[in-house]
Amino acid sequence: MAVEQQRDIISQVAEEFGRSPARLLDVARGVHARLGHLSEESIGFIAEALGLERVRVRDTISFYHFFARQPRGRSTVYLCNAVVERMKGADAVAKAFEEATGVKMGETTPDNAISLAYTACIGLSDQAPSALVNGIPLTNLTPADVPMIVETLRKGEDVSSLPQAKVKKNLLKRGDIVFGAMDPGAAIRKALALSPVELINEMSVSRLRGRGGAGFPTSMKWSFCRTAKGEAHYVVCNADEGEPGTFKDRVILTECPDLLFEGMTVAGYAIGAKKGFLYLRAEYEYMLARLETVLARRRDAGLLGTNILGKGFDFDIRIQVGGGAYVCGEESALIESLEGKRGAPRDRPPFPVQKGYRNQPTSVNNVETLCCAARIVEKGGAWFSAFGYEDSKGTKALSISGDCERPGVYEVEYGMTLQDMLDMVGARNVQAIQFGGPSGQCIAPDGFGRRLDFDDLATGGSVIIFGEDRDLLEYMRQFTEFFTEESCGWCAPCRVGTTLLLKGLEKILEGSGTKSDLEALKKLGATVKAMSRCGLGQTAANPILTTMENFPGLYEARLSKDEFIPSFDLAKALEEGCAVTGRNPDLEEKHA
Amino acid sequence: MSNEKMTILIDGVAVEATEGQTILQAAADAGIYIPRLCNHKDLLPGGHCRICTVKINGRPGSSCTFPVADGLVIENDTDELNAMRRAIVEMLFVEGNHYCPSCEASGNCELQALGYRLGMINPEYPYQEPKNEIDATHDDVYIDRDRCVLCGRCARASVQLDGKRVFGFDGRGLGTRIAVNSPDGLGGTNLSVDDRAATICPTGCLRVKGQGPDIPVGQRAYDSTPIGSDIERKQTVKQAT
Repeated sequence: MAVEQQRDIISQVAEEFGRSPARLLDVARGVHARLGHLSEESIGFIAEALGLERVRVRDTISFYHFFARQPRGRSTVYLCNAVVERMKGADAVAKAFEEATGVKMGETTPDNAISLAYTACIGLSDQAPSALVNGIPLTNLTPADVPMIVETLRKGEDVSSLPQAKVKKNLLKRGDIVFGAMDPGAAIRKALALSPVELINEMSVSRLRGRGGAGFPTSMKWSFCRTAKGEAHYVVCNADEGEPGTFKDRVILTECPDLLFEGMTVAGYAIGAKKGFLYLRAEYEYMLARLETVLARRRDAGLLGTNILGKGFDFDIRIQVGGGAYVCGEESALIESLEGKRGAPRDRPPFPVQKGYRNQPTSVNNVETLCCAARIVEKGGAWFSAFGYEDSKGTKALSISGDCERPGVYEVEYGMTLQDMLDMVGARNVQAIQFGGPSGQCIAPDGFGRRLDFDDLATGGSVIIFGEDRDLLEYMRQFTEFFTEESCGWCAPCRVGTTLLLKGLEKILEGSGTKSDLEALKKLGATVKAMSRCGLGQTAANPILTTMENFPGLYEARLSKDEFIPSFDLAKALEEGCAVTGRNPDLEEKHA
Repeated sequence: MSNEKMTILIDGVAVEATEGQTILQAAADAGIYIPRLCNHKDLLPGGHCRICTVKINGRPGSSCTFPVADGLVIENDTDELNAMRRAIVEMLFVEGNHYCPSCEASGNCELQALGYRLGMINPEYPYQEPKNEIDATHDDVYIDRDRCVLCGRCARASVQLDGKRVFGFDGRGLGTRIAVNSPDGLGGTNLSVDDRAATICPTGCLRVKGQGPDIPVGQRAYDSTPIGSDIERKQTVKQAT
């Protein structure tokens, strides 16, 4: 394409977003969709169109997984290689793609028809193996499906008519709170009859805590945000569920978007915001059109926009699609991304409720929390707090996958034991439960009497079940590898430490680890946990540390009897020099 | 901003602080050194290196970003924290390719000096030996990314002190690299050798060309006293013994 033509396209895209630097992520997405990748020239033209320095554009776009910097094929297959996907045969599917296309994963076919790439969890662990092909999800893939998919792509046809292009809802247990029946507007009508302070009091009565996993009381968050001084207040809904093995937001966004938008509106009224953002993970872009339709319908019904229900309250919602970065599920990283920057978390304090989006007071809430909030306004705080257990009130939507008969989304009351959970989904001969995803903990059968409870087993909702025949530590290795790929790189202990954790674990799994390596790995894990800037680094060692704690025998069985085995590989270190000189050293040579 | 005075406790010593200060600043004013690398007194904190992590009311946090509040109880000079700080310095050594003996920054290098101060003998971790590009396109300044610790000082200084934006980041995770505001390398940017950004690098990554190790060994910044001694000389409070 001629350079001038590129420049015109980029200028048009920038114009669509008002040439606002804060919309850099949208502009980059738009340009990527039109031109297929973001070249050095494109970076320059985007910078020019938005009045930004090019290094600032590069700083942002180079951060996100789904922005290709080199030309790609007309179609891209992003095969998911998350742990559950690999348990269910993603490796065989990858091989089938390589055979059908004749290129390796990470490459593009010579006719520029198809590129193959891996991607982290795309929220389909309940119907794995899965892939995103040109943004369209394909599920329950088998190697036998692949030739047909490749043929379709080679012909330049749309994959959305393929039988695999089907996302099952898999909502296997509806509770009364998130997945109960819904009357759009009911919560808003009740909310507007209350003062914001009365509304927050109702949240306090309900004892609702944040469903992202941290469990901070929602009433406190809203109260802090409401009283914080600022020129404007904002509501942000975190729909960036990236924790491997989680997919409950996928179901909520499909099943009850009205309840969620109602929750955001109610939150806006409570904290004094006129604007809300739904930050939708890039992997869920296929839901965007439908969500926009729901928003439009709500505006038509007077439930969104100016003068809502004629009560003088203004509030509207914009959906921001991400670019592919797990760390953006961290609230301050999400805000940075929303401002059109790389998703590097911020240091706290100040907290987002004090200085969030554009340095203004911002309440960032999980999708499910906002659904609960709408329901609380509709039915009352006391009604809500009758569900649940001790200091964990209400229900939790769990994403359960792995070795069980009925993977899917289950809305259960807090207080449920892990054993009851296993019985509910048809899981037998269970070796371990990865509770809360890789950032959570790996639990052995002697812990299956523990309960779903913020003060013991807090979770965002990812539950992965490992059967007794699984090589558990291999999956811990894959989890650790995931963190190395998703570390944002801002802070040293996480950027470097995650890779060192991976190498340390690999040394043990290869059989060349000693007792001292195990001790060193434990110490390293503690350092990464204590010194990292955000939750990603602070939890990245959890797969290793919690299996060391709960499955010590698995490690001991892999240790070498030797006292010390160096990690330094002499032959490898000399490889380059040998190639240059054309000589091979005698590595066994005795010293004089 | 008000100048309200408050008291914080650092390792059991009462330290007077002023509202608006960070823990690191208040400690420095009192002559207490908290090890740090990416921090620079003329720049807003970046929170990159985490070496200045202290325990704040029992929880780890970076002292360069954490604002003082009356009654905060801080742990700083403890074996546990110093071991973890040393671990981070070791991580930075294995992340890049740092060849102290031949580096022009040796003796004046803050990374090297921290290694000495924190008692690093040799990194315990495997070297990553990354392949990095040297950018020598600028007439007066060059970038040797082998020696970069991604502290972001150059990027912050360019914006905050020079009113430019010469530097930024590229990529993420272990693949993060310092980037410049031109497709043609540093030479294509408006960096001047007189910019603060040109000489604010704590290591030997961003160097002015044509300057060898002209100060003899023995007279360099950290040859006779460890890094942080300048702060400790100001000590106004008596350390608990």
